[in-house]
Amino acid sequence: MSAPFGQLPRWVDYGLLPFINLVVAFLVSGLVVLFIGASPLEAINYMVTGALGSGEGLGFTLYYATSFIFTGLSVAVAFHCGLFNIGGEGQVYVGGLGVALVALALDRIMPWYVTAPLAAAAGFAFGAAWALVPAWLQAKRGSHIVITTIMFNFIAASLMVYLLVNVMKQPGSMSPQTRLFESGALLPRLGFLFSPLGLDLGTAPLNVSFFLALASGFLVWVLVWRTRFGYEIRTIGANPTAAAYAGIRYGRTVVITMLISGGLAGLMALNVLLGDHGKLQIEFPSGAGFVGIAVALMGRSHPVGIVLAAILFGILYQGGAELAFWVPNITREMIVLIQGLVILFAGALEYMFRPALVRLFAPRGAAVLRPA
Amino acid sequence: MDLFDTLLIPVLASTLRLSVPLIFTALAGLYAERSGVFDIGLEGKMLFGAFAAATAAAYTGSAWAGLGAAILTSVLISLLHGFASITQRGNQIISGVAINFIASGLTVLLGNAWFGQGGRTPQLPNTARFTEITLPFVDQIRPIPVIGPIYASVISGHNLLVYLALLAVPFTWWVLFRTRFGLRLRAVGENPGAVDTAGVSVAWLRYRALICGGILGGFAGTYLSIAQSAAFIREMSAGKGYIALAALVFAKWKPVNVLGACLLFGLLDAVSIQMQGKRLPVIGEVPVQFIQALPYVLTVILLAGFIGKAIPPKAGGVPYVKER
Amino acid sequence: MTSPTTPPAIELVGIDKRFGAVHANKSIDLSIARGTIHGIVGENGAGKSTLMSILYGFYQADAGEIRVGGAPVAITDSQAAIRAGIGMVHQHFMLVENFTVLENVMLGAEGGVLLRRGTAAARAELKRIEREYGLDIDPDAVVEELPVGLQQRVEILKALYRGAEILILDEPTGVLTPAEADHLFKILGQLRAQGKTIVLITHKLREILAVTDNVSVMRRGEMVATRKTAETSAEELAELMVGRRVLLHVEKGPAHPGPVVLSVEKLTVRDARGVTMVDGVSFDVRAGEIVGIAGVAGNGQSELLEAIAGIRRPSAGTIRVNGEALGADGRLDPARVRASGLAHVPEDRHHMGLVLSFEENENAILGYQTDPKYLKGPLLDIDAIRADARAKIERYDIRPPDCRLRTANFSGGNQQKIVLSREIERDPAVLLVGQPTRGVDIGAIEFIHKRLVALRDAGKAILLVSVELDEIRSLADRILVMFAGRIVGTPPADADEQEIGLMMAGIEAREAAE
Repeated sequence: MSAPFGQLPRWVDYGLLPFINLVVAFLVSGLVVLFIGASPLEAINYMVTGALGSGEGLGFTLYYATSFIFTGLSVAVAFHCGLFNIGGEGQVYVGGLGVALVALALDRIMPWYVTAPLAAAAGFAFGAAWALVPAWLQAKRGSHIVITTIMFNFIAASLMVYLLVNVMKQPGSMSPQTRLFESGALLPRLGFLFSPLGLDLGTAPLNVSFFLALASGFLVWVLVWRTRFGYEIRTIGANPTAAAYAGIRYGRTVVITMLISGGLAGLMALNVLLGDHGKLQIEFPSGAGFVGIAVALMGRSHPVGIVLAAILFGILYQGGAELAFWVPNITREMIVLIQGLVILFAGALEYMFRPALVRLFAPRGAAVLRPA
Repeated sequence: MDLFDTLLIPVLASTLRLSVPLIFTALAGLYAERSGVFDIGLEGKMLFGAFAAATAAAYTGSAWAGLGAAILTSVLISLLHGFASITQRGNQIISGVAINFIASGLTVLLGNAWFGQGGRTPQLPNTARFTEITLPFVDQIRPIPVIGPIYASVISGHNLLVYLALLAVPFTWWVLFRTRFGLRLRAVGENPGAVDTAGVSVAWLRYRALICGGILGGFAGTYLSIAQSAAFIREMSAGKGYIALAALVFAKWKPVNVLGACLLFGLLDAVSIQMQGKRLPVIGEVPVQFIQALPYVLTVILLAGFIGKAIPPKAGGVPYVKER
Repeated sequence: MTSPTTPPAIELVGIDKRFGAVHANKSIDLSIARGTIHGIVGENGAGKSTLMSILYGFYQADAGEIRVGGAPVAITDSQAAIRAGIGMVHQHFMLVENFTVLENVMLGAEGGVLLRRGTAAARAELKRIEREYGLDIDPDAVVEELPVGLQQRVEILKALYRGAEILILDEPTGVLTPAEADHLFKILGQLRAQGKTIVLITHKLREILAVTDNVSVMRRGEMVATRKTAETSAEELAELMVGRRVLLHVEKGPAHPGPVVLSVEKLTVRDARGVTMVDGVSFDVRAGEIVGIAGVAGNGQSELLEAIAGIRRPSAGTIRVNGEALGADGRLDPARVRASGLAHVPEDRHHMGLVLSFEENENAILGYQTDPKYLKGPLLDIDAIRADARAKIERYDIRPPDCRLRTANFSGGNQQKIVLSREIERDPAVLLVGQPTRGVDIGAIEFIHKRLVALRDAGKAILLVSVELDEIRSLADRILVMFAGRIVGTPPADADEQEIGLMMAGIEAREAAE
């Protein structure tokens, strides 16, 4: 029948509840810090100053956030269609192949503003292609997309190791990576934007793909809430039977949605490869595909929420690195733990505090008409 | 005969060794998923189990204490999964993903805080491990052609947990198809309403299924850190939980098939190790990565329904809500 | 009400239950005499199922007492109900489909930790029950392979196996043919003869009058009356159910049928398992008439409707609208069907007709999202969509009049109006309507019926599918009876109920087979 829970005011549902979940995740993280004999307050201090206290820290924070916006949007678009794309990691990885191929081909003959759009297109296309088979299997054969995308993450890892070790490795080099890209494939950094503010980004790799990420967020919002196709995506996600009744083609919609989702993940490679690493190396996504899950859950699959959540995770990643550097008992894995706790409380336990809030807001919130 | 001794026998022995964590873990998933709870968090359970086993064994010097700690930890993680997905009716997949992250983070964090070796636990002496057991009559049987080397080098010479894994398969089959608990477990994964109206608590039944999975997850972890190796190393589960998940799907959620699927995937793993840098006659060098990816590729093909059809338990992934 | 010497089998005193804002049971008192068949009637949503769920321990009452055999019992869960000797046959069977009959019967009463001994005992006990009540069934048959009537028998066996003295049946005939229903009633009679007490919940008055000893009527969560069946009539019960005299006849003039608009020819539809659900059906619907399809649920009506609407792919046959074949190019989908002037009010609005989590205005374009008037290029024209929704809300008196409210927050009647307004306002040449008044309150029923008649008088062709024979008889100008996927009869609109009932049971087909 109708929702098993009472109605809540929108600001509670989309603001207060996620906030409470987040606070609880951080409280539990604080307890862990306490348990291993460090001071949570000191830890927060290191994290915040590390992430936001200097121009360089801020630059790194936003650089990480850029990656997470892409992967968060990727997960969110699929969520709206009722699909759990757990394969962002593999799609980023293969997207990186597309980016690298364009970069290797053009970096010596073209300026960056020619190379970058083509590399972005290739990253999107390769990421999308990696999502195609799971999407098609879900659409046509009903194979559970969670399992197939997990499998494709591992297949991507094997494929990329093979390519990097046997095909793309620079001759004479020991490590499995391509040659370094030259200036025609390196994205401009954004230091010039921050220097008037008196902030020096230093070595921070924040680059123009940050704007591409924000633009992608806007486009995803338009796509999901303002286009006919977005309406069809949301209908399938909320009620596939009604979607069939409405003449919305399930297979086509699922496949296109997953292509967009995979493509957004693939775009992340642009930020990392052309903005920072300047080469394609093994395991470059280093978990960002999975961070996208946490970001999408925390951001409630809305681009504004995703950008905010991505910045928060940027702070965690940058601040966490600082923290691990200064506090001997804490390692970088602290971030992974916090990530897990955020996924747990903002995702799996998202409704734990809802009944209490419903009771709290019942007089005003739940008085909406109900069938007698 | 030379190829038999130098290639086949070692590959078979290592197949068995590599299959063991998969068998435990896939069976753990089997209990959960046959009861209608998807369990993506197998990897995390294994990792937590491995860490707990190594830590407890390091402190107490007893492998058995390690096993106990691993089981306890893994069961607790299962209960967390149960709380999220049964009691709070949360998304089972998200809960599993969360558990995997928490495991990756917390094991290293705690390991580093306690032992200061960057997440490693101290190297264990053999007395604090499960070590190889030599089965009786090995010396008498060894000279017999074919059977002899197989008995001496493939069947004998493993640690206790290897034999327990092999026993866990028929045991699970027996539990599932010959006991009251098994009947109810299979029923609750298909139609929880039938179980509820029969006066059996759906939640408690699913919790018990998850506890069974937790126990097996503990065995899997123990095997990794204090039987196969002598310490916990960060991320030592290395995706085995996901391969086990693939094996479970590949086995169509049936206990005996699980053994077959895990042995097959173990064999592929063993072959890929064995093939490193070697050339095969006719084919030439087969990329190791190709063999490593094969279990995943095979599972995708199976899921696609091109070789048989893997039909998951009907009520899987759906939290139980009483209908009005 | 019962004789003073034997206490009633069940006594409910002041049972009260709320779900949030919904007061499902209001201080219910009820007494059911031992060894009788007691009917409980009421409209959908009157609170019958909630009351029985409380009795079976599925829900806890907020207040009140349950007495079994005169003694108060706390029924905290189904186990407690079973211990108290209460068994229940649910409307949707609670069976594990890939289990055998025996496994299903044993589930929850296995007789020991290991199955082996219990299985032998259960087999023997099942044999005994079979003999005693004439309920023969193969214990090793897999449930999903059994016909519906036998699956229901398994449910009854489950209850008897657990030693039920009191058997509750919730809408047991909804999925049965009249013949199967008769057989069920015979079984119930035998059970009563053996001293069992039976509670029969239904909204079908004919069944109540045919088999019960006593009948209680529920309305809007209240128990409004209890009668001896012999001393009441269908009219009285109907009036008690709805609270006022029912308009059994819809005000409508004679039809003026025009040319054929919808033409269905030799249509065959198979379901996912390959079972033929619609078997070579042919009929026409003319402009300005309502054609009603009568039949017991599950005889292919749903599949027929969905095939015409383009949701299901027929395996053979043609559908024509205004002479033009739908999907002549081999592609038939709901969007194309709509474009050809056909609108569809689906049988199940919660699962098909609406997306409950959407805002009202979003549902007001469901199926018409490709209409240029709601679009600006690839973008949705939000202003146009909301203005359109507001206009419909006003014309159809949808309450509350808020096009941005989540659809789940509207009542059943108002939800149905959202669907109807969406489909009727398209001014379709053909309207397909499935179960237009299921779960809808009386006021909205009248409104909906009037709208349908008005549409007919405007010269539209209407195909109506309903399992409520009364609705078909009062609305339709022509009636087609469906049984086992075929149209087995075309009784005149004034044919009597008995005649149509026999057709619905497929009596002729059955006799020919025997």
